[in-house]
Amino acid sequence: MTAARLQVPARIVEGDVFKLRLLVQHPMDSGFLRNLEGVLVKRNVIRHLQCIFHSKEVFRVEPTTGTAANPLFEFYLRATTSGELYFRWVDDKGYIGELRHNLVVIPANQSTAPKT
Amino acid sequence: MPRLFCLFPLPSAKQPRSVLRQRLLAAVLLLLSLGHVSVMAQQRLLPLDKVQSGLAFTGPEILELQADDFANPALPYLDKGAKLWSQGAGKADKSCESCHGDSNSSMKGVATRYPAIDKASKKLYNLEDRIRNCRTKQQKASDWALESDELLAVSLYVTSASNGMPVQANIEGKAKSHFENGQKIFMTRQGQLNMACTQCHDQRYGIKLYTDKLSQGQPNAYPAYRIEWQRLASLERRLRFCYNGVRAEIPAWGHGVMRDISLYLMWRAQGLNIEVPSVRK
Repeated sequence: MTAARLQVPARIVEGDVFKLRLLVQHPMDSGFLRNLEGVLVKRNVIRHLQCIFHSKEVFRVEPTTGTAANPLFEFYLRATTSGELYFRWVDDKGYIGELRHNLVVIPANQSTAPKT
Repeated sequence: MPRLFCLFPLPSAKQPRSVLRQRLLAAVLLLLSLGHVSVMAQQRLLPLDKVQSGLAFTGPEILELQADDFANPALPYLDKGAKLWSQGAGKADKSCESCHGDSNSSMKGVATRYPAIDKASKKLYNLEDRIRNCRTKQQKASDWALESDELLAVSLYVTSASNGMPVQANIEGKAKSHFENGQKIFMTRQGQLNMACTQCHDQRYGIKLYTDKLSQGQPNAYPAYRIEWQRLASLERRLRFCYNGVRAEIPAWGHGVMRDISLYLMWRAQGLNIEVPSVRK
C-alpha cells in the first residue's frame, strides 16, 4: 500500500545544490505497540532506502524502530546533468517500494538566472 | 431560604392589597425563570468570540507541519480519498463520483452540517456513518471498518471540500434530544478522576497539562493526523481518548453517545472554519 511523494525545486541550474524531500507512506510498526484490539503488531519498518542517480548511489538510509510512521527524508544533491532519480526501499515484510523521477538540470550557459 | 425572605418579606396584614399583588407577581415571575433552567443551560459557556481552533494551542512545529504542502502527513490520505472517490466498488459497481459527481462542488459545505439526522433510520449520523451507509446500501460493497484507512481517507476527502467554511450544526427538530444528551455528558463528571469535559475545555483551556496546552476541544479539524498515533484519526477516536484520560468507561465503537457529544461540540464550535488536512499532537 506504500506510496511516496517527492519534492524537488521546479528549476535547477547546473552546479546548484538543491534539497530533495521524500515522504514515504509507511506504518513503521515498531513491534512494541498494540493495535486497537490489543493485539501486538509485528515489527515492520523500512530497513533500507537508497537513491540512485546516474547508476551511482547518492543517498542511503537504514531506518530502525525509532523512526516514526510516514517518514520524511531530506537531503541535498549537486547535479551537473539531467537524469533519472531512482528511489528504492525495502521493509521487513520484503515489500519493495520504488519511485522514479526525471530530474531536469538546466546547463549553466543556457541559464539566464543571475549568479549568486 | 433567608434570601428569598429578604426579597419577598412575608406580607403583614397592614400592607395594602396592591403591594401584595405586586409581590405575588414578582414571586411567580421568579419561579417561572427558575423553571427555565434548561433553556439557560443552552447559553454558551464558551462565548462565540472566544472560540479558537486547536491550532492555537499546539506548538510551532505542528503549525509548520500542517502548513507544509508537502510534508503534512495527512496528505497521502487525501490523495487516497480522491482515488477511492472515483473508483467503482461493490455489486452496483458504482463509485461515489457516479452519483455525486465532483466532490469539490457536490460535497461543499456537507462536513459543516454533520453529525446530522439520517432521514431513513432517524438516527444521528456522523460523516463516517453516512459514508458507510452509502457504501453498503448504494454501492452494495463490503463495509469499511471504523478507523480503517479507506473510511478515514474518504471522510477526509469529503471534509476537505468544505475547507475554510464555518461549522454550522443543526440542533433543531429530531437532533434536539441528541444535542441535549451531548450537552449533558459534556457537563457531567465521570470516570475515576471524576471530571467533566467542561472543566478542562471550557474553564481551563490554555493552561498546561504536563507539557501540552489544554485546547478547547474543538472538532473542526477532524479527521486529523495525530502524531501520537502516527495516523489519521476520527473525532470518535479522539473522544475515546478523552474518556480514557479521565478513566471513564468507554462506550462501544460506533455508540450513539459519541455522535451526541460530537453534535454538541459542533454547535459549540459554531463559526469556526473546517480546517483539513490537519495535524494534531
